[in-house]
Amino acid sequence: MEKRELTCIGCPMGCQITVELEEGEVKSVKGNTCPIGDNYARNEVTHPERTVTSTVLIEGGDKCRLSVKTKSNIPKAKISECMKEIDAVRIKAPVKIGDVVIKDVAGTGVDVVATRNVG
Amino acid sequence: MKNYDIVIVGGGPAGLAAAVAAKKAGNDSILILERDKELGGILNQCIHNGFGLHTFKEELTGPEYAYRFMEQVFDLNIEYKLNTMVMDISPEKVVTTMNREDGMVEYQAKAVILAMGCRERPRGALNIPGYRPAGIFSAGTAQRLVNIEGYMPGREVVILGSGDIGLIMARRMTLEGAKVKVVAELMPYSGGLKRNIVQCLDDFGIPLKLSHTVVDIEGKERVSAVTIAEVGPDMKPIPGTEERYTCDTLLLSCGLIPENELSKKAGVEMNMITSGPVVNESLETNVPGIFACGNVLHVHDLVDYVSEEAARAGENAAKYAAGQTAATSDKVIKLVATEGARYTVPSTIDVSRMEDLLTVRFRVGAVFKDSYVSVYFDDKQIMHNKKRIMAPGEMEQIILQKKKLEEAGDVQTITIKIEDK
Amino acid sequence: MTYDCIIIGAGVSGSATARELSKYSLNVAVIEKGEDVCSGTSKANSAIVHAGFDAAEGSLMAKLNVEGNEMMDELCSDLDIPFKRNGSLVVCIHEEEKGGLKELYDRGIANGVKGLKLLDKEELHEMEPNLADEACAALYAPTGGIICPFILNIAMAENAAVNGVDFFFNTEAETLKRDDDGIWHIRTNNGEYKTRYVINAAGVYSDKFHNMVADKKIHITPRRGDYCLLDKEMGSFVSHTIFPQPTKLGKGVLVSPTIHGNLIVGPTAIDIEDKEATATTAAGINDLIAKAGMHVKNLPVGRKVITSFAGLRAHEDAHEFVIGEVKEAPGFIDCAGIESPGLTSSPAIGRMVADIVVGLAKPEKKADWNGKRKGILNPSELSVEERNELIKKEPAYGQIICRCESISEGEILDAIRRPLGARSLDGVKRRTRAGMGRCQAGFCSPRVMEILNRELGLAYEDITKSGGKSNIVLERTKGEAQAI
Repeated sequence: MEKRELTCIGCPMGCQITVELEEGEVKSVKGNTCPIGDNYARNEVTHPERTVTSTVLIEGGDKCRLSVKTKSNIPKAKISECMKEIDAVRIKAPVKIGDVVIKDVAGTGVDVVATRNVG
Repeated sequence: MKNYDIVIVGGGPAGLAAAVAAKKAGNDSILILERDKELGGILNQCIHNGFGLHTFKEELTGPEYAYRFMEQVFDLNIEYKLNTMVMDISPEKVVTTMNREDGMVEYQAKAVILAMGCRERPRGALNIPGYRPAGIFSAGTAQRLVNIEGYMPGREVVILGSGDIGLIMARRMTLEGAKVKVVAELMPYSGGLKRNIVQCLDDFGIPLKLSHTVVDIEGKERVSAVTIAEVGPDMKPIPGTEERYTCDTLLLSCGLIPENELSKKAGVEMNMITSGPVVNESLETNVPGIFACGNVLHVHDLVDYVSEEAARAGENAAKYAAGQTAATSDKVIKLVATEGARYTVPSTIDVSRMEDLLTVRFRVGAVFKDSYVSVYFDDKQIMHNKKRIMAPGEMEQIILQKKKLEEAGDVQTITIKIEDK
Repeated sequence: MTYDCIIIGAGVSGSATARELSKYSLNVAVIEKGEDVCSGTSKANSAIVHAGFDAAEGSLMAKLNVEGNEMMDELCSDLDIPFKRNGSLVVCIHEEEKGGLKELYDRGIANGVKGLKLLDKEELHEMEPNLADEACAALYAPTGGIICPFILNIAMAENAAVNGVDFFFNTEAETLKRDDDGIWHIRTNNGEYKTRYVINAAGVYSDKFHNMVADKKIHITPRRGDYCLLDKEMGSFVSHTIFPQPTKLGKGVLVSPTIHGNLIVGPTAIDIEDKEATATTAAGINDLIAKAGMHVKNLPVGRKVITSFAGLRAHEDAHEFVIGEVKEAPGFIDCAGIESPGLTSSPAIGRMVADIVVGLAKPEKKADWNGKRKGILNPSELSVEERNELIKKEPAYGQIICRCESISEGEILDAIRRPLGARSLDGVKRRTRAGMGRCQAGFCSPRVMEILNRELGLAYEDITKSGGKSNIVLERTKGEAQAI
């Protein structure tokens, strides 16, 4: 039996939640005070996901960095691989909000897109 | 002198939302004055996500959120001036600006909306002892350097203060390859959102030390080490608890201060607690026709609330400029925050000018669990809402109904307090 | 080449000496270990022009203080330096110590201080309503003044440079010796410099150089002084410089408006060993806050402080300026132990040291010496019409860079482009005040960096706070190569 300690981010309460896992399966969730905590904890221990936001190098525009994000959440374990691709990419202005900067980043199926316009 | 109905000082989230609302309320003579080279204010450097859940029901990054409002400003053909500093606002609502192209220009406004935002508390104001080397940045300055200018302020970082910008920068610097060694927070609780503590610190194994502060900064040219120590209930460092961290950078995220230099020049009365203007139900200051909204009024944690508040200021300014504001009555109710509640915005309500529903925002002064927000009309309790948790870092609100106030008759004071039962 | 005279140190004494010597047909150089003038003691002090009643009667300190004070009006007018005689008050808070004021008064009269007056309680409180209720008497010195120590130092150096003095920065004198021909060889980290005369104006290090050549040794103790600078909101809390009655350790903790409208509180007096230890301490600042509260009432130091800093006074054991040629080292002239009232005395110190050199070298006076300098324009003193005219000609004056102090790009460009121009954030700050306001450069530092980058061709990574390794940013993100 594996035990995982989490802080719920559902609300400012920040319940300390203990999840018991067996072979990757959630056996129990304790410490939460509402269903949000239960749901959060189950997702967080089985497939934690995050949106990654960063900048990429842009050339030929009025800015030297373009802010970007993963269009949706990606697995937490892929953050560092995702950042490697973001750090390496070089793109040319102009770019509009929503333009794809990296397709299928780190094999997640999720695109990295621009979050601002650079002319 | 040029004339506008409404001059808005600041083109950040508050100024943009105020402008859009004023225009939609029917005013066609609006000018936004922005000192930076683009609209959007501080949101342009807040490239992380988490904005807009209330307003747009989706999670946006700062620049995306700003752009939603900028698009409306463009579509509605609202005038704005960039790279333009407001040098003075007079009580007569003459706004003096300066830029490279026009030099100094005066605008006579019927209504002025203060939307200048806030600034960060610097190291000097914190009285942190030690050397004064390079490598000490407020978190927002570091954020600008990394996100806009594309430079790394340092490689090994200690952060003082667990405000949201500090937490966000802990993650941001980590993702860019820096090592964030510790976040020290003077208070026994964090000033930041839970979600940021988990996703910006816990995700990267960055320790958060509550009730800790910086007691020494080493390094004559560039920061070389920072010593933190635990503080007692009196907030004074406890000898023997010092821990020294070698690092090249100290980021400070120790609070935001509304930027009211111009408001004061205009004769606007200030609230000592918020460091923002004292406003009435219409978000109007003591100077008739000068309104305030956003972080210049009181520091917010969610931009969604800034936009909403600013829209109200915009609508009220449009009404004022059109001469449609109801005359003030002599029946002005005072709002009092006490026993756990620190302040309220607004500070007064004139029932005759009040809308059907009025949002009153306030903050608590400590962490309260399973406590009640109680509202009294004079001595009579009229609201008693249980809250599982309230913290200084999270703005609270109640909604007052005009109908109830009218029914209550001659109310002198509305008191908000936190009660444990 | 061999210089006629090399001055070690571009602080206020060295710079004053350089300017005085620039009147003569002499090859003069100043070598400075910092990246700018005004990098040591001269940059961190009370910024006061003292009247001259403190120093012992008959001392060099007393003489040069009073002379320096008298020279200040003309100097500041010639060099366009902001200066105000706001008057100072030594305030007594214990009835039984009133006698001390009379002693000070008598000493002041003996030193030649003009206009001194003893005030009773009523007169005193009428002059300064915010004095502590205990304040029962005071010595009033109308010739006391306030000045910007950076601009005083910078202006004298700039004017010296314009009149032909060479300045070498980042140049640290290490050792010096005199050869058989009577030429001094100064070894520095930047090679050797040769000169007929050496001026030892090395501040807290002046004992080091003196002791290399002199039989009779001196000893300088760095005496640290912590200060708090308060927001401009508090600038009119008092209008005079408020001193407590002096003690053995010095003039005590003063409360004074600054020439730029802030309020300064300080200094402490803590003797230390390390000549570079300009770190403030919690104990020092707490001590300051406690002491500042004794002579004025309800001073909100803690809430209104915008920055705190510490400076090191070059305190010689005998508490006297050490100025003169060292007999056994002909051509080596001390300008050592310059502690308070050093800033006030600096014009007189410069004149005295220069006179020694002139007496030895007997140079001609230059016919084309120009003792005037125009300071950096302060556009807020212009009328709207004049300002608009200026912006039309120089649009940079229309762009505010430092919002707290309202400093335009035009002023910053001037600071960078003028002789001995700024090369760092602190260099810009001391010349223009950009970054010296209540947000303490949070807003303007990236913008000033952009200007330094553009004007000087300095890569961002090479821009420093104050020279050396005080770089602001370390590298580009995204692995981008360094670019200008």
